[in-house]
Amino acid sequence: MSVFLSFTVLGIVTGAVYGILATGLVVTYNTTGVFNFAQGAVGMVAAFSYWQLWQDWHWPFLLAIAFIVFVEAPLLAIVVEFVLMRRIHGATVERSLMVTLGLLVILLGIATIFWSSPDVVRSVPAYFTAADGTVASVHLFGANGVTLEDQQIMIVAVAAAVAVLLGIFLRRRRLGVAMRAVVDDPELVAMAGAKPHRMSQMGWSLGFMLAAVAGVLIAPLVGQTGLTSTQLTLLGLNGFAAAVVGRLRNLPMTFVGALMLGLITQYCVGYLPGHINPGLASVLTEVVPVLFLFVVLLVIPAARLAPAGRLAVRPAPRVVTARQSVAGAVLLVAGMIVLGVMVGQTALATLSQGLAFGIVGLSLVLLVGYAGQVSLCQLTFMGIGAFTMGKTLGGDSWWGLLLAVVVSGAVGALVALPALRLRGLYLALATFAFGEVMYSAFFDNSSVISDGTSIGVGRLRLPFMHAVGDQAELIEVAVVAAVCVLLVGLVRRSAFGRRLVAMSDSPAAFATVGLSSVRTKMVVFTLSAAMAGLGGVFYGGQQGGIGANDVQIFASLTLLLFVEIWGIRTVTGALLGGMTAATLPVLQTHLPASLADLTGLAAGIGIVLLARHPDGILGMGWLTSRVRLPFGDEEATVGDLVLDHEVARAA
Amino acid sequence: MSVHFGGVTALSDVSLRAEAGVVTGLIGPNGAGKTTLFNVITGLQRPDLGSVHLDGTDVTHKRTHTRARLGLARTFQRLELFSTLSATDNVRVGLEASGRAAPATALGLLERVGVGAEAASPVSSLPTGSARLVELARALSTDPKVLLLDEPCSGLDERETDGLGRLLTSLAAEGRAVVVVEHDTNLVLRVCGTVHVLDFGEVIATGTPDEVRRNPAVQGAYLGHANDAREQADIGAEGEAGDR
Repeated sequence: MSVFLSFTVLGIVTGAVYGILATGLVVTYNTTGVFNFAQGAVGMVAAFSYWQLWQDWHWPFLLAIAFIVFVEAPLLAIVVEFVLMRRIHGATVERSLMVTLGLLVILLGIATIFWSSPDVVRSVPAYFTAADGTVASVHLFGANGVTLEDQQIMIVAVAAAVAVLLGIFLRRRRLGVAMRAVVDDPELVAMAGAKPHRMSQMGWSLGFMLAAVAGVLIAPLVGQTGLTSTQLTLLGLNGFAAAVVGRLRNLPMTFVGALMLGLITQYCVGYLPGHINPGLASVLTEVVPVLFLFVVLLVIPAARLAPAGRLAVRPAPRVVTARQSVAGAVLLVAGMIVLGVMVGQTALATLSQGLAFGIVGLSLVLLVGYAGQVSLCQLTFMGIGAFTMGKTLGGDSWWGLLLAVVVSGAVGALVALPALRLRGLYLALATFAFGEVMYSAFFDNSSVISDGTSIGVGRLRLPFMHAVGDQAELIEVAVVAAVCVLLVGLVRRSAFGRRLVAMSDSPAAFATVGLSSVRTKMVVFTLSAAMAGLGGVFYGGQQGGIGANDVQIFASLTLLLFVEIWGIRTVTGALLGGMTAATLPVLQTHLPASLADLTGLAAGIGIVLLARHPDGILGMGWLTSRVRLPFGDEEATVGDLVLDHEVARAA
Repeated sequence: MSVHFGGVTALSDVSLRAEAGVVTGLIGPNGAGKTTLFNVITGLQRPDLGSVHLDGTDVTHKRTHTRARLGLARTFQRLELFSTLSATDNVRVGLEASGRAAPATALGLLERVGVGAEAASPVSSLPTGSARLVELARALSTDPKVLLLDEPCSGLDERETDGLGRLLTSLAAEGRAVVVVEHDTNLVLRVCGTVHVLDFGEVIATGTPDEVRRNPAVQGAYLGHANDAREQADIGAEGEAGDR
């Protein structure tokens, strides 16, 4: 009984923290129309700041908390609102998603710079810890009862206070009502005498403050062995799950979802046979919330989000002709043959890796660029491809390649199957959850790949070529990438390609001409995952193997952002995005150590700078008017994001 | 059928029938429920009560794309074009969906609705009127038995409106059931065989254009409406115009 009670207490306490985090998400979403993917990252920054101010700089404890919640969080929010969010009001779900993902990787990058050196253990003591180290607590229900730490009671009390105050604020106060109205029509609110930017700032500030409260509260719970930035950021996922239970609208249901999640996680840790495998408990705490999110996304009926805005003008991408496609592909292979002779070992490896990433990038062009379906787990499919290759007939056979493509495609179809009725943001969340589950339960599971090692993947055995050197490998990858370029061009010119673009442009019209988006999504998901798996075969071959570090969810995000930065609707953008993802870590080694995580920062800052250019660098007017790109996929007209109210003003 | 949004009744016990070979008009003030009705018929919105039959088949529980394959097509009041495709490709997607692929036919359809000259243009660069006509061509691409048009005239000039009127008549003459939601009462009274008047989610009048024009309930519904004076004038003047 006491075991049950203590797990219940733990569940309620963690649930309360998730609840606060999720509430912030819901408040921001309802007042600004943007789903803040970086909510967990904001909490992470708050938790580290708490450690920094209190433990490292010895600020008084209460002052540190007050500063973080009432100064740092709102200031950060106002900067974010001004620099990022104001510029994308009215953009598509996809675009605002990319920008908050950019914010996430920026915050992670900043945390890596300040708080990643391994020589310091960053942990904060429990609240109400006496000078001698004892944690204040009360004991309830007699000898077989349960011990409640004072801090646990405090966390639940804070959560309850947050719930009540927010409920009153949003329902009753005029400001709350005005804030909700801003989402629908900032111009109208402005005419009614309120200041839309002020409202939007309030929405972001509230969201960030709640994230900060959650971060400060959870720091002592998770950080006994030291806080880590990825772990804290991924706590945001728990917030997503709770918020989805409340359908991103309903605050009470959000809290219910958070409590359910907290309890389920703790009961799983408590009652599943954790004693058999000591590592299982930590795997469970990671996997259960994500599985919960995945299940909730699938179970909640009609959990659909209306897009918060739309692109007023988006140019038609010029369709590549067969001739341009072939010319581009030949140019790619020829260029790599020439480069292969000219450059040294390191550059050879980088080029091969870049092309392998480029193939994964091309899979994103099909899925995100053409079909408008955002996948945040493309490197997971890449990993599955590499893993299958490595496990088949010595890891270097053609059968392995074939099987890798088939298996990753099949897994893609399996993910797509339940996710088909999801759109936009929810689909992105589901793929995020899938990528994270695969990471924790498969790639990072020591019974699949033992810790710190990788599954060996060989280089493909080529007929007629006995000595397979780095140069031969580069040419081999270039040929495969060229084939993928041709394939993507072929798809775009086909009836199926028109169908993908049509589905992305108008799902309603798509259905009314008699097309099933379910079948179309299924096919494109499968195709895209298979192509990512193919990329994985060559990534694995180039790296000599595949390990957990290669398929981290944040690496998937970074690659997606790079392709998006260059132009996700162009094959050139995919290849350049892949090259960027491969090149920056190499550059990193030549830079001072203080500039850790250059890759993530570059991806985040890049996407933020291009927030108003949905077609990326390659779609920018000044470039397309001056430069002819290979593959013929420059944009027909200027592709800047034109906001609805700007169009209205111009009219 | 009936549809409620929260406490608001969008459609209350509405029943109507569109005959093949006839242009059926649907008029009524803004917010009367005309677009909601189209959404229910095409399956984009689920009715709380009632059923939809297409050519004798109950399609109430069929999905939108299945209904389309059974011969239902529509246009949208707020344009729903495939905005990053050219006008031709917009039509081609529909042709390919119904297995009638051929770019030549796409051009033919665009010419039939009167925007053949815009075939290669990206639809995002077209003026609203032309874009509406492209949408109409796309709806025709599936060779529908029932065609629902949501305000096809808005954005068209007088000459184009006349052309559209003739087109609607000829589409009906091919044996299609054509249903038009339109604020241009001139057009409705000229081309429609039957007219239904919707107000506050209810059908308040049904009949030939002449009968509807004389119906006191219809005049009442339009009174107090912002455009009532003009529309009254339209309805009155239409008596002569329609007979010419």
